[in-house]
Amino acid sequence: MLNSKIPAGPLDTKWVNYKNSCKLVNPANKRSLEVIVIGTGLAGASAAAALGELGYKVKTFCFQDSPRRAHSIAAQGGINAAKNYQNDGDSTYRLFYDTIKGGDYRAREGNVHRLAEVSANIIDQCVAQGVPFAREYGGLLSNRSFGGTQVQRTFYAAGQTGQQLLIGAYQALERQIALGNVTQYSRHEMLDIVMIDDKARGIIARNLVTGELERHFGHAVLLCTGGYGNVFYLSTNAMGSNVTAAWKAHKKGAMFANPCFTQIHPTCIPVSGDHQSKLTLMSESLRNDGRIWVPKQQGDTRKSIEIPEEERDYYLERRYPAFGNLVPRDVASRAAKERCDAGYGVGTSKQAVYLDFAAAIQRYGKIEAGKRGINADAATITQMGKDVVKEKYGNLFDMYAKITGEDPYEVPMRIYPAVHYTMGGLWVDYELMTNIPGLYSLGEANFSDHGANRLGASALMQGLADGYFVIPYTIGNYLADEIRTKAIPTDHPAFAETESKVRDRIHMLMNIKGTKTVESFHKRLGKIMWDKCGMARNAEGLKQAIKEIQQLKNEFWSDVRIPGEINEMNPELDKANRVADFIELGELMCLDALNREESCGGHFREESQTEEGEALRHDDKFMYVAAWEMKGDHEWQLHKEDLNYEVVKPSQRSYK
Amino acid sequence: MEHKNINVKLKVWRQKNSNDKGSFETYDAKNISQEMSFLEMFDVLNEELIGEGKDPIAFDHDCREGICGMCSMYINGRPHGPWEANTTCQLHMRAFNEGDTIVVEPWRANAFPVIKDLMVDRTAFDRVIQAGGYISVNTGNAVDANALPIDKAKADAAFAAAACIGCGACVAACKNSSAMLFVSAKVAHLNQLPQGEPEKNTRVINMVAQMDKEGFGACTNTGACEAVCPKEISLTNIASLNADYAVASLTANK
Repeated sequence: MLNSKIPAGPLDTKWVNYKNSCKLVNPANKRSLEVIVIGTGLAGASAAAALGELGYKVKTFCFQDSPRRAHSIAAQGGINAAKNYQNDGDSTYRLFYDTIKGGDYRAREGNVHRLAEVSANIIDQCVAQGVPFAREYGGLLSNRSFGGTQVQRTFYAAGQTGQQLLIGAYQALERQIALGNVTQYSRHEMLDIVMIDDKARGIIARNLVTGELERHFGHAVLLCTGGYGNVFYLSTNAMGSNVTAAWKAHKKGAMFANPCFTQIHPTCIPVSGDHQSKLTLMSESLRNDGRIWVPKQQGDTRKSIEIPEEERDYYLERRYPAFGNLVPRDVASRAAKERCDAGYGVGTSKQAVYLDFAAAIQRYGKIEAGKRGINADAATITQMGKDVVKEKYGNLFDMYAKITGEDPYEVPMRIYPAVHYTMGGLWVDYELMTNIPGLYSLGEANFSDHGANRLGASALMQGLADGYFVIPYTIGNYLADEIRTKAIPTDHPAFAETESKVRDRIHMLMNIKGTKTVESFHKRLGKIMWDKCGMARNAEGLKQAIKEIQQLKNEFWSDVRIPGEINEMNPELDKANRVADFIELGELMCLDALNREESCGGHFREESQTEEGEALRHDDKFMYVAAWEMKGDHEWQLHKEDLNYEVVKPSQRSYK
Repeated sequence: MEHKNINVKLKVWRQKNSNDKGSFETYDAKNISQEMSFLEMFDVLNEELIGEGKDPIAFDHDCREGICGMCSMYINGRPHGPWEANTTCQLHMRAFNEGDTIVVEPWRANAFPVIKDLMVDRTAFDRVIQAGGYISVNTGNAVDANALPIDKAKADAAFAAAACIGCGACVAACKNSSAMLFVSAKVAHLNQLPQGEPEKNTRVINMVAQMDKEGFGACTNTGACEAVCPKEISLTNIASLNADYAVASLTANK
């Protein structure tokens, strides 16, 4: 049933051959083909711009007030590309290999190799658009290293790489809007897919300002709606990030793949209290210079700076000497949890570890003094070191100081892992099409490239690869057969019927008139997910979580209170719609986690670990993509797509 | 890490929709941890309002890490509140004391009509970008990124201008509701890069024309915009826009 459509032939010729043989649509026909793009982050904005440039008639939708707000904007550290500008041994193959290994051998070779191939084009394209990447004094682009790799292939713009890349894509999109090729609908939310003759043919969207439902036709629909990390309530995602569009597609028959693969990022600012609404990431790039440690003594209550060097446990450097503080995210997160659970945590909550820049400040200070040829005293060296650190990470240090009230130039940061990214998502084939003809999914919303764990600086790469360089080719292969399909008028019965179902659901929600707020349900869902389907999972906990979520769903649909009216700006109603979908997704995530009786990447089953506490895969039983088909309320059928490794030999991941 | 809980009084602008006249309403925010962000205090207040069967206060927000540019509150007469180089979402209750009265309004500008309560419509900014805030390059086979070395100082200056998050605080702070800081930041980002050179003149002319068309006011160089900008976009961008505009007006015959 699942056909991944990976082209035949050797790995490094698959994409080239595909491009040489896929169907094309001539320019005149493109003008009468309409494409709907949901979401305007890196994947959506780049896809919409690229398709608009090709001459397709494109409509874009986002729930924010402008396409530029999409959460890609918050990505800090960088974007990978196999440019080998540093001459340090990088290549397309190495980027491919690192990504496959980093994903713990649960991603498709064909997709990942294509990603590595187009990575270099992304940097070229972005520079052409005027994206101000960091540069060296010679005027050439600068690189830094990131977790899970031993080369420097990460391009960056201070700690605002996502912002600069998104602004680049946004500007390309706005240019197409100005040229009349794209129509933008801001403050709109997609609430269902319209299916005609088993193909995706349009959407029902809600204008969030007026509450009106709108019908939009498209020959194809692209979901570029990001990840579902907010199912945990607390995450590094934006407040509005949601699974609704993907979930509506799932309910219409699109399979949801590997939902339990969630990434817990090791370096986030710890929770400070019950009021907490979101968590803030401190970029992985900080691990280039920051050293992570906890006291060697359990329950040590001394201040960080009072603990002498020999009483500090730099546990990542101790456990993983080859990669040290730059181990992949899943490994670093679990190691932090292990130390805190064992009673070595720091701060008031004891759920935190230190990320310390004191050594880096001294090192950089001495280098500066050497460069300037001065015999500086200790205070001057420290000051010069701080200046260097400020230039590299200033915005992150400022953000930390504002949130915590502490000065990270003087005391180590306190950090703890937090939900950051979801590798799972809508199942797509090599062409990024879901199992519903005409329905595509790009970027974080799909499941395809990161396996069970995503390496740092790879999300931006994937979003832009999908949008700029993959979909412009693959969509033509589908639309070439649609040139005879005239735009379907939106008074077609399928549109009317879908709209009325959407309307009924909104009325049902509004008419519950219960006693508990939407927020309170979301928080409870998040707690269940974090406790039982978070950094460590076991069968008993997951079974219990499923029961609790089912109860929560009943309670939500009988006792939620949504104030206000339908036909007005009503953020509580918007949120209720999203939380209702998160509750259903939560159940599927637990089901998937229960089914996968192995540990791999971000999915850690306590029953499956090595003697040293590392994740233990079971390739004999679980080397497959788990694609779930919804059959009814609380009912799913599992479809397996076997993963075949022709080039890379899966092995126990080691970063020692 | 020492913190305490405080009680504050809030005077908040309530306006049902764009046609409503709107007025201030007063709320007590009790037992607010100083560890909370300003928006988390609004979350707490809204939960109480919903519990009491009242309409919660609508406000824009999304990333809550100071980068998306969505949050937009005019707090005690200053966009984004009292802290320097800050967005509303990053403002924390440590900035306030027991018993303070805090006045919260939406951005005020003709070009930013109120949608509801503290939410305004900033699509005018998108239309200004559409007028020329881009480099006309289609997706495809761009030349190798390192084929075009760019002087680090220039690249850094372009980056500093490109750091604008499009929140509109500059407009809200300006007595003329001018959007010059926003527009000049985009012009400065693109015009000083070699990639942006070919469209330098048309860009500045068209973006300024669109800015005027949207109903933003004139710039009188008072610098209120720079003082409140969360990303510290410099007033010198306005000077360079004016220079580019003068050159463009003299040389362009479009």
